[in-house]
Amino acid sequence: MLGAGILKGLAETARNFLGSYVDKDRLTTVQFPEERAPRIEASRNFPFLVYDGTAKQEGLRCVSCLICEKECPPKCIFIEKSTDKKPDATGKLQFYPATFNIDISVCMSCQICVEVCPFNAIKMDVDFELSTTDRFSDLLWNKERLAKSNEYYREIHPIEAAAVDAELAEARARVAGAKAVTTSPPAQPSSGSSVEK
Amino acid sequence: MTPETIDQIFVISKHWLLGYMPTALQPIGSAILSVVPVLVVFPLLFAITTVLERKGLGRIQNRYGPNRVGPYGFWQPIADGIKSLTKEDVVPRTADQVVHFLAPLLLVLAAFLGYAVLPIGKNMVITNLNAGVLFFFAVGSMVELAVFMAGWSSRSKYSLLGAMRAVAQMISYEVPLVLAAIVIIMASGSLSTVAIVNMQATYTGIWPHWFLFTPWGFAGFILFMIAATAESNRAPFDLPEGESEIIAGYYIEYSGFKFALFFLGEYLGMFATSGLAITLFLGGWAAPFSFLTWIPSYIWFFLKLLTLIAVFIWVRGTFPRLRMDQLMGLAWKFMLPMTLLNIFTAGIWHFIPEGILRWLVCSLLIVAPWILLSRGLKQRKKLQVRTYRFAE
Repeated sequence: MLGAGILKGLAETARNFLGSYVDKDRLTTVQFPEERAPRIEASRNFPFLVYDGTAKQEGLRCVSCLICEKECPPKCIFIEKSTDKKPDATGKLQFYPATFNIDISVCMSCQICVEVCPFNAIKMDVDFELSTTDRFSDLLWNKERLAKSNEYYREIHPIEAAAVDAELAEARARVAGAKAVTTSPPAQPSSGSSVEK
Repeated sequence: MTPETIDQIFVISKHWLLGYMPTALQPIGSAILSVVPVLVVFPLLFAITTVLERKGLGRIQNRYGPNRVGPYGFWQPIADGIKSLTKEDVVPRTADQVVHFLAPLLLVLAAFLGYAVLPIGKNMVITNLNAGVLFFFAVGSMVELAVFMAGWSSRSKYSLLGAMRAVAQMISYEVPLVLAAIVIIMASGSLSTVAIVNMQATYTGIWPHWFLFTPWGFAGFILFMIAATAESNRAPFDLPEGESEIIAGYYIEYSGFKFALFFLGEYLGMFATSGLAITLFLGGWAAPFSFLTWIPSYIWFFLKLLTLIAVFIWVRGTFPRLRMDQLMGLAWKFMLPMTLLNIFTAGIWHFIPEGILRWLVCSLLIVAPWILLSRGLKQRKKLQVRTYRFAE
């Protein structure tokens, strides 16, 4: 009969209306600036550069291999290679990025840079409050702004970070073991194997 | 002070104030003293309603609703007002400037004119016209003109088509709206709103003689309220503004306070038609029981008005928007036959002597066509279960 569904719908909304005053569990609203929803591990928004230890720039894992720059679909990453080299996370001498900029107004959060990075240097952040007052300089993030510690990475993506840490520890152990075996020749920096260009 | 004095306090104070005026100025003074309260009270009610509506809709959807501005968010209308006042008033370069400017004003004016014949309390009506109900519907149809002025003068195809939709809807629902009200005119034998309320303000025992408590009155009230919802462009009949489909329809080219005026006009129209529904079916300012007559009449009027507004909000929070063909189908295939049958039923009621028989006959005359009509309308529909591949 016409009208029965209407009454059913009205009863449902009336139950919601009254219930929201009686039962606080019904109200799922998060009062945003004061309250935060728990961060979801699988969420991602915008890439950042991981650094080891305490030195923000020296500890960067990035060796400026330029793979992420090449693979980035919207071409939002701009890297300039350094002229000199310095030891990386595993102790090998490597290039480092002289400049590493990401245009966050272009980035589409596809995570391809993370997937292709062979050094676990770039990871996805969960920070979503990226609003700025300046639409030019504030939207182009440089490497100082992009650098975030490994501890932060462990905090936001614990499972992923544990796997990365284990992998890096293994690599370091391998390098240390190789050094221990071949102590006789002078410390020859292994050149060219990991950095093509 | 006796309850009678409190009931008539506004009327007494008006006459007291008029006593200090020279005789030549008294007619205009009386008009101003009657009109200004309406111009103050109902826009204020609009402001209160907007925040209550948003909070009510929020609660219906298990949200808090506005809760930032002021205590419990009750200063939200002030913030909204400041916002719409400070917004830039953009007028399209090719728009008809004069008509574009006049349309929102005419809409608000048309909405206000209806209040002239609404008895807000005992002896509290601006003018007691002999053709009050007719006047109400006549000025109510000015809204269509204002809507079309807005849509046409904007020189935009979106707003023009939006206006056409809105006018088509409003005219379609104007027909059942008036036809639903005719049963009251038949029963009371008067077009004067004051006379209609006076007829209902009597009691048998404790029970009032509202027209709602008759089969044709009840059906008429339901049909009237459905038509009034469509007439005031409220959900589920808010197709003219359909923000997700046509984005604000006829007032798409309006910004700032002119846009707010459209909302004001819409709400004032809603209050006015609700007020008329109260006057026609719910006994106007009359108390619902004879032992409650000591409460002032205007309080009863506004209590009934607020109840109807709450129902409007409830309905808005419950139902999704109709499609245009569903809307027109409801108006012409369901509302129109039902209102015509209702007029017939009211006539039958008049000729059957008082008793259980006329209740039975008249109820049957309404319920049977309603069931048949709803079944007939449903059978033509091919209802099927839809499967969505991507949304589980």
